[in-house]
Amino acid sequence: MLEADNLECVRGERRLFAGLNFKLEAGELLYLQGRNGSGKTSLLRMLIGLLPPEAGEIRWQGTSIKAQGDDFRADLCYLGHLNAIKEELTPLENLLAAARLADEDLSEDDALDALEQVGLAGREDLACKYLSQGQKRRVALARLVKEKRPLWILDEPFVALDTAAVDWLAGIISGHLQRGGLAVMTTHQLVNIPAGTVRELRLS
Amino acid sequence: MFRIITAVIGRDLKLAMRRQADIVSALFFFIIVVSLFPLGIGPEPDLLRKLAPGVLWVAALLATMLSLPRLFADDHRDGTLEQLALAPHPLGLVVTGKVIAHWLVSGLPLALIAPVLGIQFDLSADALIVLTGAILLGTPALSGIGAIGAALTLGLRGGGVLLSLLVLPLYIPVLIFGAGAVDATVTGLGGEGHLSLLAAITFASVGFAPWATAAALKIALE
Repeated sequence: MLEADNLECVRGERRLFAGLNFKLEAGELLYLQGRNGSGKTSLLRMLIGLLPPEAGEIRWQGTSIKAQGDDFRADLCYLGHLNAIKEELTPLENLLAAARLADEDLSEDDALDALEQVGLAGREDLACKYLSQGQKRRVALARLVKEKRPLWILDEPFVALDTAAVDWLAGIISGHLQRGGLAVMTTHQLVNIPAGTVRELRLS
Repeated sequence: MFRIITAVIGRDLKLAMRRQADIVSALFFFIIVVSLFPLGIGPEPDLLRKLAPGVLWVAALLATMLSLPRLFADDHRDGTLEQLALAPHPLGLVVTGKVIAHWLVSGLPLALIAPVLGIQFDLSADALIVLTGAILLGTPALSGIGAIGAALTLGLRGGGVLLSLLVLPLYIPVLIFGAGAVDATVTGLGGEGHLSLLAAITFASVGFAPWATAAALKIALE
């Protein structure tokens, strides 16, 4: 269960939001909406613990994420608007390296399977710098295929994807919700997630 | 704890191997700067022997500085630094891994080539051994202290110059004891005392610097 209690965000001299509350249970998805600059990404960065809130508290399973530290991060999977892939490494090496750093056991077969699902079969051994923008995004998204951690925080996951990939990703997210996972994401295009309870939060 | 450190080292070494130009250019910079001195000064063995420790160490400091700006900048630009900060381990351990990897690709090659370059300065065999030992012992401290500067200047425009201004003064103790060890061997006093102090500086900086670096990185990521 993820709870936000009376959050306030100040960036520079501007207060982006204050008194923000929500509660997200297992199997629920929170859609963050709002125009550019309304503080969506700032809120996500607060939820992953990289940006300390000006006021208020974020709780995961009942205790503050700040107090939990490593334990909270072991439950968290974050996908930012940057792909977090290394151009010099191949898609396969990128996936395996990311899993090792996150302390996850990902076998090479699982990683190859994930890359096949995102449509990168046959390109596993090509350095990422030779891939297109959309393909690089798919390498980043391939992390989600075998992801077992319960809390997913996704910043604009549907950007740069074609329609088939959008449907595929919506399927991956619903599978995660059906397994009892939680997800928070920002998006400008509303995508229909077939399973789980979808809540919406509009920042203005 | 060791798993995360080895994971980071493994990743960074693999990246360095794919980008060998970076390693080679810092190494050639070191070789050329050191070789210019005997050419400029001329065949005066006594003077060269006196100059050798200082020249080799200053060149080693500058060669290390060359690779520092990219220590965190690449990871910051492509978003992997965020993922490293979100790994379920203290960020200080992740930074320790990065510092060790940085030393393996920047400090270790300098130590290996240093005895060859020392011959140009007519150093004795004893002095060459102490020189290599001193550079081996001292360069991890350069990577550790440099990491703090690299993290503090992360994302700043013109960060490279600021980084030199910030880090080079902190390198002075390493320079004094590193060059002092070779100097003492040349003059026959024995360099053990200098080497012990150098080892102490290295242990302190490789132990503590990653945690200061982690604090600076957290501010940079906000």
